[in-house]
Amino acid sequence: MELTEQDRNDFRAEVRLWFKENTPEDPGFVLPQTFMEVGTDQQFEFLRNWQRKVYEAGYLGMAWPVEYGGGGKPQVLQDIVTEEMIRAKTPLIMNTIGLNWAGPLILAKGSEAQKKAYIKNILTAEDIWCQGFSEPDNGSDLGNAQLKAERDGDEYVLNGSKIWTTHGSYAKYMILLARTNPQANNKYEGLSFFLSPMQVEGIKTVPIKKLTGEYGFTQTFFDDARIPADCIMGSEGEGWKMAMLTLTFERGAAGGQAGGVAILYASVQEVVDMAKKVQRNGRPAVEDPVLRDQLVRLLMDEKALSLGGIRAGMAPLDSERPLALPLSEKLQGSELQRRLADVAVQLQGANMAYYMGDSEAAENGRWQRSYFNAFSATIGGGTSQIQKNIIGERVLGLPKA
Amino acid sequence: MLNVKTERTINFSDEQEQLLEIATNFCREKSEIAQVRSLLNDEKGFAPQIWLEMAELGWMGVAIPEEFGGSGLGLGEVVALVEPMGRALFTSPFITTTLAAQALLAGGTQSQQARWLPRICKGAVLSLALSELHGDWDLSNLTATALEKNGQLELSGTKTFVSYAPDAQALIVSVSLNGAPALVLVDAEALPEGALVRETNVDETQRTYRVVLDGLRVPSDALLNSGDIVPVLNQIHLAANLLSAAELSGGIGGVLEYTLDYLRTRKQFDRLIGSYQSLKHTMTDILLGYEATRSHLYYAAGCFGADAEGEIALRMAKAQASETLAYAADRAIQFHGGFGFTYDCDAQLYRRRAIWGASFHGDAPFHRQKLGDLLL
Ligand SMILES: Cc1cc2nc3c(=O)[nH]c(=O)nc-3n(C[C@H](O)[C@H](O)[C@H](O)COP(=O)(O)OP(=O)(O)OC[C@H]3O[C@@H](n4cnc5c(N)ncnc54)[C@H](O)[C@@H]3O)c2cc1C
Repeated sequence: MELTEQDRNDFRAEVRLWFKENTPEDPGFVLPQTFMEVGTDQQFEFLRNWQRKVYEAGYLGMAWPVEYGGGGKPQVLQDIVTEEMIRAKTPLIMNTIGLNWAGPLILAKGSEAQKKAYIKNILTAEDIWCQGFSEPDNGSDLGNAQLKAERDGDEYVLNGSKIWTTHGSYAKYMILLARTNPQANNKYEGLSFFLSPMQVEGIKTVPIKKLTGEYGFTQTFFDDARIPADCIMGSEGEGWKMAMLTLTFERGAAGGQAGGVAILYASVQEVVDMAKKVQRNGRPAVEDPVLRDQLVRLLMDEKALSLGGIRAGMAPLDSERPLALPLSEKLQGSELQRRLADVAVQLQGANMAYYMGDSEAAENGRWQRSYFNAFSATIGGGTSQIQKNIIGERVLGLPKA
Repeated sequence: MLNVKTERTINFSDEQEQLLEIATNFCREKSEIAQVRSLLNDEKGFAPQIWLEMAELGWMGVAIPEEFGGSGLGLGEVVALVEPMGRALFTSPFITTTLAAQALLAGGTQSQQARWLPRICKGAVLSLALSELHGDWDLSNLTATALEKNGQLELSGTKTFVSYAPDAQALIVSVSLNGAPALVLVDAEALPEGALVRETNVDETQRTYRVVLDGLRVPSDALLNSGDIVPVLNQIHLAANLLSAAELSGGIGGVLEYTLDYLRTRKQFDRLIGSYQSLKHTMTDILLGYEATRSHLYYAAGCFGADAEGEIALRMAKAQASETLAYAADRAIQFHGGFGFTYDCDAQLYRRRAIWGASFHGDAPFHRQKLGDLLL
């Protein structure tokens, strides 16, 4: 289907109106800024309902195949919807691990039965998905994951533990990286990938209190938990390949995601606006030359990031190192958000010491909370240091350690 | 991860694409590092026959309207020529001549334009004499003066960093006239003996001169537009920074590759040094700075002249380019170890270039300050 500019503009207008009319009012409790922050049942129910509503309006999974519950439409329409969600400052779309990581993976590599079983309920938020990659002893070194999966008849028996499991306590399914062959030639070849059910005897999730004081993720224990053998994705030994593909979707380095905003980015302008209100030496803080320099640097970095998104598609301007921009987006975006929140906190002068919960905290302590939460993206999904290794090796051709 | 796309986009024309490719090949061929180094001690500092080839390719006329013999494109297209020059450390009077042409287009009289622009297209060198000993980047801060006497202008004072002055057929000189800034087009022949004094420039690929104006007399029709010249000076300032950003951006690409080559071949403790993270991660930071520079630069190239947005874009480009090249070249020296401390290591060439680029119409903090005024 060829879309004209007019078609796109008409569609955008329709979407804009829909979000104007349907974006929910402030519910009166704190809403998460990232999908990783969902911590209370109240937040969870609210966001799950919101996702269902957006899906039912036809605005999620628009480019996924119709036979599995998608919209069968061009990707550009979904991109327009996502842009309009950002513009309308809607709540985020929560089932990210399903929509943007597991979903595209299942569509790309899953069996027909797996696609039929999982895709639609990912879109409706009926089934929440989580990711079981990291373990207490193996995080950045994901290839060393040790959770055991032993074949027993037409089942696998799971033993071990996963940790930092986002949505662990809400999830019905987990994308799970487990070791099926401890004797393999190397650590990668011993791994397999499962679409594992969570409501199984022997699987237990324990909430972990985050640095903000809230709850958000869990440790997940597997104690002789039995799952059907056909939960495997691909065949035994293909786990590492599947995990790497998942990470490509997760980091946005490949397309195929269902869409929707997963992280609400703060804009530098919001901090600039605050700097105009806050006082320093009896004058607006924005007049302070050191602060001005910091703000301008942030504005430059924000601009470079959004221009980079445009330039990434322009062959003559990125031909020398075509992977440089796609592989650095997660690193750059997450670090910028962290620095921005840091400046926003310091800007508050004496009041920077207020935390959420205090009636005098600026914007209910939003920036303090954002600063701490910003580490979710600089650590999760592969830390910033690991991203730098990847860029140094894959883009610059520097040798591995 | 999703980014909000900016409403505007990067306008990259077919012409820019072609020029970028042609200039990349041209500079690679004509400006190998041995050639760059052989010019360091050359009095002229550039190869006249290559300059003529550039004129034949029409490069000096890229941003000059067709009626004067140019190709009628804009400075955005010139950016695509200058970036590869910076990468190859290729130097010539190209930037100063292009800027002089822009000054004439912005503020020259009809007869000045008719006389000089066609010559520039054919290869005449023109140069700008704008800065002064006080080192201020404010082009309106002028101590050199012109006095009107009997239909003539009598100039006095000293201008600094006049590029390729001995090769220039004319200089465009800024002075204070009746307390207001003015620009004067000075024929090279009118310069008194000894007016040009070669400067020792930190960037040895450059040729710059102090010009002593004392005793210089020119006819009063040598004045550029007698109206308010401040907008013209501002125009030159912006154009200079756009081209400077392009040249510095190229330099980052050059020094990045130069350092990577070393990190991929030099071994210590039985390991390639590029496998050490304090080097690897620093190189990644430099790459990210380079990518940011190019995004800002080509965005700025595409919206040059578009009022505030164009100015914001090019100041961001210059600030980013200047800071990134300084850092990249500083680390390049360090990462070459003892060899980095030698004259033979090319890292110093780029570090010197970074200082020259920062000195040229504003360094990174200067532009960030201006950006603060525009954005905050
Ligand atoms: C909010 C949040 C949500 C998360 N959600 C999930 C989830 O849903 N599912 C899941 O599986 N995981 C999840 N994670 C886990 C995350 O992927 C890991 O925390 C991350 O990969 C780092 O692993 P680690 O915690 O074991 O730290 P480590 O790997 O032990 O790292 C400790 C420090 O050492 C550095 N380091 C380690 N190796 C290197 C190296 N080779 N070079 C340089 N530096 C190195 C790291 O950068 C880090 O600073 C989440 C994490 C967070 C913070």
